[in-house]
Parts: sequence; structure tokens; C-alpha cells
Amino acid sequence: MSGVLIQFAHPALEKSRVNRVLLAAAQEVPGVTVNDLYEAYPDFDVDVDREQELLLRHDFILLHHPFYWYSAPAMVKQWEDLVLEHGWAYGRDGNALTGKHLMNIITTGGRAEAYQPEGHNRFTIRQFLVPFEQTARLCKMSYLPPFVVHGTHRLDGAGIEAAAERYRALLTQLAAGLVPTDHTPDVLPTELLPRP
Amino acid sequence: MTQSILLQAVVYLAAGVVFVPLAKRLGLGSVLGYLLAGMVIGPAGLGLVGAEGQDIMHVAEFGVVIMLFLVGLELEPTLLWKLRTPILGLGGLQVALSAVALGALAWLLGLPWPAAGATGLILAMSSTAIVLQTLNEKGLMPSTAGQSAFSVLLFQDIAVIPILAVLPLLATYPAAGGADAHASLLDGLPGWLRGLAVLGAVGAVVVLGRFGMRPVFRAIARTDLREVFIAAALLLVGGVALLMETVGLSPALGAFVAGVVLANSEYKHELESDIDPFKGLLLGLFFISVGASIDFGLIAGNPGTVAGVVGAVMVVKALVLWFLGKRFRLGTDQNLLFALSLAQVGEFAFVLLSFSVQNGILDAPTSGLLTAAVAITMALTPVLFLVNERFLLPRIGTRETTKPPADAIDEKNEVIVAGFGRFGNIVGRFLRANDVGTTVLDFDSDRVDILRKIGIKVYYGDASRYDLLRAAGAAEARLLVIALDSPEKSLELVETARKHFPHLQVLVRANDRDDAYDLLDAGLPHVYRETLDTSLRMGVDALRLLGHRAYHAERSARLFRRHDERALTELAAVRHDRRQYFSTARRRIRELEQLLRSDETDRWLRDIEEGWDAESLRKEANG
Repeated sequence: MSGVLIQFAHPALEKSRVNRVLLAAAQEVPGVTVNDLYEAYPDFDVDVDREQELLLRHDFILLHHPFYWYSAPAMVKQWEDLVLEHGWAYGRDGNALTGKHLMNIITTGGRAEAYQPEGHNRFTIRQFLVPFEQTARLCKMSYLPPFVVHGTHRLDGAGIEAAAERYRALLTQLAAGLVPTDHTPDVLPTELLPRP
Repeated sequence: MTQSILLQAVVYLAAGVVFVPLAKRLGLGSVLGYLLAGMVIGPAGLGLVGAEGQDIMHVAEFGVVIMLFLVGLELEPTLLWKLRTPILGLGGLQVALSAVALGALAWLLGLPWPAAGATGLILAMSSTAIVLQTLNEKGLMPSTAGQSAFSVLLFQDIAVIPILAVLPLLATYPAAGGADAHASLLDGLPGWLRGLAVLGAVGAVVVLGRFGMRPVFRAIARTDLREVFIAAALLLVGGVALLMETVGLSPALGAFVAGVVLANSEYKHELESDIDPFKGLLLGLFFISVGASIDFGLIAGNPGTVAGVVGAVMVVKALVLWFLGKRFRLGTDQNLLFALSLAQVGEFAFVLLSFSVQNGILDAPTSGLLTAAVAITMALTPVLFLVNERFLLPRIGTRETTKPPADAIDEKNEVIVAGFGRFGNIVGRFLRANDVGTTVLDFDSDRVDILRKIGIKVYYGDASRYDLLRAAGAAEARLLVIALDSPEKSLELVETARKHFPHLQVLVRANDRDDAYDLLDAGLPHVYRETLDTSLRMGVDALRLLGHRAYHAERSARLFRRHDERALTELAAVRHDRRQYFSTARRRIRELEQLLRSDETDRWLRDIEEGWDAESLRKEANG
């Protein structure tokens, strides 16, 4: 059992140039399940049973979303709040997710340079993603380094296609059960990262 | 007339019923079937019908009139304006060149020049009835060749008027006298007054169609008697035809104008589907009478001459058309279709020939010969289509696929909304607000009128009828939204849609639970009870007024709805057993009980709040 589950969240996919291509690329990879959260729950009524069932069936949980306000769109938070129940995902008896892998797949409008201590956004992506990292840890999952597509506002067709190719390669690797090390060239050297 | 009308009707109908399916079976098309039927029952065949064939042809010409009315209905004025170049250019040149070439040929063969000129003009006409019917049947109307052929035919219809005016000037023989079939009331008037009358008549048709007919149709529709509506539609076409004939215009042209004027009307689809069967029947009758009128005696007497005339006429016309098609840049295959389809001489020739004899332009023997030749060219047309299709086109590599042009004649929308009352209008407006093309059908003439006034395109008609549904574009649409008031009508419409347009996804409104059961039984996945969502919204507001949190109330309502719809589907499956045992009232009580039992409140509260409930965390922390 080593399936890949993509929890995809984009409130206006019809307006997104990059994520549409990424999602289409993901759907081609065998062994990958795409769960389009805004499409499944337009009223935010997340079906907890269905979601927990999906989590149990997969080893790699990928939260794929645009990097809104240095975090995820509201749906991802709603999903976490309702699905990662005490006594199931965490707590003394919450061991359902033990040993699985959590990972963020994000797209940012800003360029990689902006996410540096001296850059415009003052913090690194890894720093912004600390709540996800700790969530994974609380649920006894390992947190994998994020897959980031930077500078989406300036990407042209070829750039988007290159990003999709990179994404496809990552998914193929995960579907084969291989845990990646560091695959994003733009993350900071490890000594600068906050360690759990 | 020696036979009773009933006997005649039976003979004609039987001939059509026997020969048309046979001809279609053999791949010959319906027109050839009717013509063959005519030949068989005519004086030359079984002799079941005799000389009255000519009279019947006059009656049946009304079929051509109706056909042009229907063609006009499909053509909105803007589209007609776009076609002006092919109509005037292609049509004008075809008539002029064919008339000159054929006239010259007749002159060379020894006719005096005025008679030759008249012959040329007469033979330049093609058959609207045969060509349009055949092109429609083969689905070739939207092709380039079809559009070009239509333009030429339209010009010819218009050209008949000046030709009728010019012909008397060409008289050489003493006038045959007798009743003039097309004598108009205006013959005694001076030219300018006649022109004024013609303009007035056309103007009257336009004004009547634009402003006069709507209230009339509305008043009739309000009676809810379909046959009166049909009668009114036929009356409209007949009346316009009569008016046009009175002022000396072609009735077919008048009907065409009336059709174009009504093309934007909300009654368009209803008119179309009501009149269409009459068109088919009368055209069939017309073709049969053409077949019956072929004078085989005359042909047997001069087989060489008749064959020569037929051959010469068709070759010359086809060559002229081919040349024009090339100049107007038709592809080889399209040009072939275009040239061959219009190479025959049309039904107007019969009218013009008898007119010519009466006015002393042609002598009787020439006219008889030409009449026979014309009928044969008409009979040969379906054969030419077949030859073209089977033997010529396969040899040409460039066959154009007959895709409709970008400006489809009718509006083709993704969604058909049936019923635009208090329910349907919300769905329709919502779809429109999201830029989804909708064709709206409604059976309430007052409502249609009001909606039209505020600028919504609504068509009047009973959507459960197959022909109307087809006219509304059901073959191309993707969704059918049924929002009718009457459950019976809804079920009827569901059945029609299922049977003829199985590709349509159907969304249907149900008045209440019982309706919903019936529709679920019919196997429809998308059933919407009209009161459910509003009642729940009211329930939500009630909870809020009692002090519940808004988000809790909203979620609770959504969950209630999900449970309720699941229960509805389950109950729909088992309710038939109970129906036999309980009275309706008791069944309702039981259902309600079941409903309440399935909605035990604490169950769904647990469902939605567990994630936000810190109770277990508190226990773990303290325990």
C-alpha cells in the first residue's frame, strides 16, 4: 500500500492558469488519487467518514493548494478541523495516520528570492509552513519538504509545462513508494530550517 | 369530376403510402417515390385519376406556399440580409444567363424571337419544391451548395413577378382568351397604382406579422384549443397567399415574407410544428400530380424531340450553374451538387406556360411539348441526386463535410427550459446570469407575452410534444430543465425526451413528495421538490431567532436535506406495496413517522460537530 492522495483545494480553479495544468498532469499519473475538495464540498460540509477512509487507503497525503496569505485556502483548514479528529488522528488512541507522509504542494505568486530572511516576505516557505509540519508530527506522520512552484504570475506556457513535468516526476516517484529527500532547489540550506 | 372526393383522396393517399416507403427503402428519396406514385395512378398508368390532375396540382401548390412560409420562419431578417450577395448575384446571373442561353437555343430551333425569349425565361426557373425537399431530406441545406441553391431559388421566386409582367409584351399569337388563371383584380388599374397596391400589400404583410398577429395568436392560444391554433396558422398562410395573388405577386413569395416577419416571434416553434405536416402532405400531393400530369401519349409520339428538349435544357442549365459556381468559388463537390440540383425546370413553369398560351405568346403544341419536358426534368432530379451521390462524388476527393455554418439558422442552446413560471423563471434567470444559453418554452400565452415584453426570448408551445421539442433544438441541447406546473405534463415530457432524445440530461421539478415518487420511479436522478429548500431556509431562520448560532443552523439544514432526500429515494422503492393496504392518508402518516424516526436529532449533531468538540480532549487531559 503506497498510494498517493492529492487533497486539492482551489476556490476558483477556473481562474487559475498554473494549477489547472498541474492538476491535469497529476491525474495522468497511475497510483494517484485526486480529491478535489472545493468540488466535493461546495458548502464546506466535509464528509468526515469519506475523508478518513481516503486517508487510510493512502500513504502519501499531499495538500495541493495556492499559498494564500502565507497559508492554505480556508477549505484546507476546515478539512483539518473536521477530519483529523482527536482519538483518531491524534491523542492517546489516535494512531490512524501513524507512519504516513504529509507534504504541501504549493504555488506562489512571489518569486523564490522573496521568501528569504532578507527578501520581501522576510521568512522562508518552510517557516511559513511550520503549522503543517507540526500537524504532521502530532498525527505521527513524517513531514516531507514542500514542492513549490514560484513566481506563477510571470510563468509562461513553457514555464508552466516545465513545472507540470517536475510535478509529474515527483508523483511518479512517490507512487513507486520512494520517499524523496530535498527536491526543491529554492529551499534554504538545512541548518537554517527549524527542526522539529 | 366523375369520382367522389373521398375516393380520390383514398387513391392519392394509398399511392403515397405504398410508393414512398418503397422508394425510401430503395434509397431513392421520397420525392421520386411520390412522382412514381403519380405516374402509376395517372392516366398513363392505371388511370385511377384523370384530367383533374391539373386541378389537384393547383391545390397542392399550396404545399409550396407553406414550405416557403416555413423556410421564412427559419430565416431571421438579419440572416436574410447576409445572404443578399448570393441571392442577387448568383440568383440574378443564373436567371439571366440561363434565359439568354435557352432562349437563343429555342430561336435557333425556329421559334420566333418573342416566343423564344419567353421560353428561355420560363425554362430558367428551377423547382423550389423538389430541390428544397430533397436537400432537407439529405441534410444538405446547411452546406455551401445548399445555401447557394436556396439563394438562387429565392431569387427565382422574386423574379416570377417581373416575368409575369413582361410576358404579355412578347405576344405574337392571338390571345387564347378564356379565364386567366392568374388574372389579378388590378388589371384594369394604371401602372403606378398597381405598383402602389403591390407595395401596400407587402407592407401590410410585414405590419400584420410584426404587430397584428401576436395579440391574435395570444388570444387563440388562451383558448387552449390546439386545432384552432392550427386553423389560424393555416388561415394566416392562406390569407397571405390570397392577398399576394390578388395584387399579382407570387403567393409563395408572400408566404416567405410572412415567415421572415414571424421568425422572431414567440410562436415560431409552435407555428412550425403545427404547419409542418400539412406541408409534407400537400407537397406529396403536388409531386404525385406532377407525376400524373406527364403526358405519355405526347412523349410516345415525339420521343426524340422530347428527349432532345429535356437533355438540352438540363445540360445548358447545369453548365450555366457550374460556371457560376466556379465564379462564386464553390468547391468541386459542392459545385457539382449545386449545378445538378438546380438543372431541372420548376413548378412555376407550369403556371408560366399556361399563362403564355392564354396570352398568345406560345402556341399550344409547343406549350404541350414543353410541359411534358418540364415534368420529365423534375422527375429526373432525384435520379440526378442519386447519380451524383453514388457515382460522381465518390470520385472526387474533396468532399466537404456538411457542417452547419457558424451562423446557424436557429439559436442552438445548451439548455432547454420547459415552463417559465414561478419555478422555471428562477432557474432560467440564474442560467442566463451565468451566460448559459437557454431556449425557453412555455404554454401560458399571457406569461409568454409579458416575458417577451421585458426582453426574454420565450417560445409558446406544449413542450411535451416531440415536434416542438425538436424545433427547440433538443437534438443539440445537453440539458432539459422541466419546470412545468402540471405533474402529468412533466411525466409526458420526460417520456418524450427519453424516447427521442436519450442524450438529454433531465432535471425535473416535483410539486410534492408524491410527484417526486413518480419521477423517481421513472428513473430520473435529478428530482427537485419545489418547497423543500425554502421550507428549510425558513427553519434555519426559526432556529436563529431562537438563539442558535447561524452556522450551526445552516449546517443542520443541509444535513436534514441530505437525510430527507436519501429517505425519499428509499421510500420511493417500497411504497407500492403499501399503497395496496393503506389509504392515502394513513400512508402519509406512516411516511412522516418514518421521516421523523430517521432524523433523530442527536445523530446528526454528532456528525457535524465532532471535529470541533473538545470534550474528548478534556477527558484525555484530565484522565
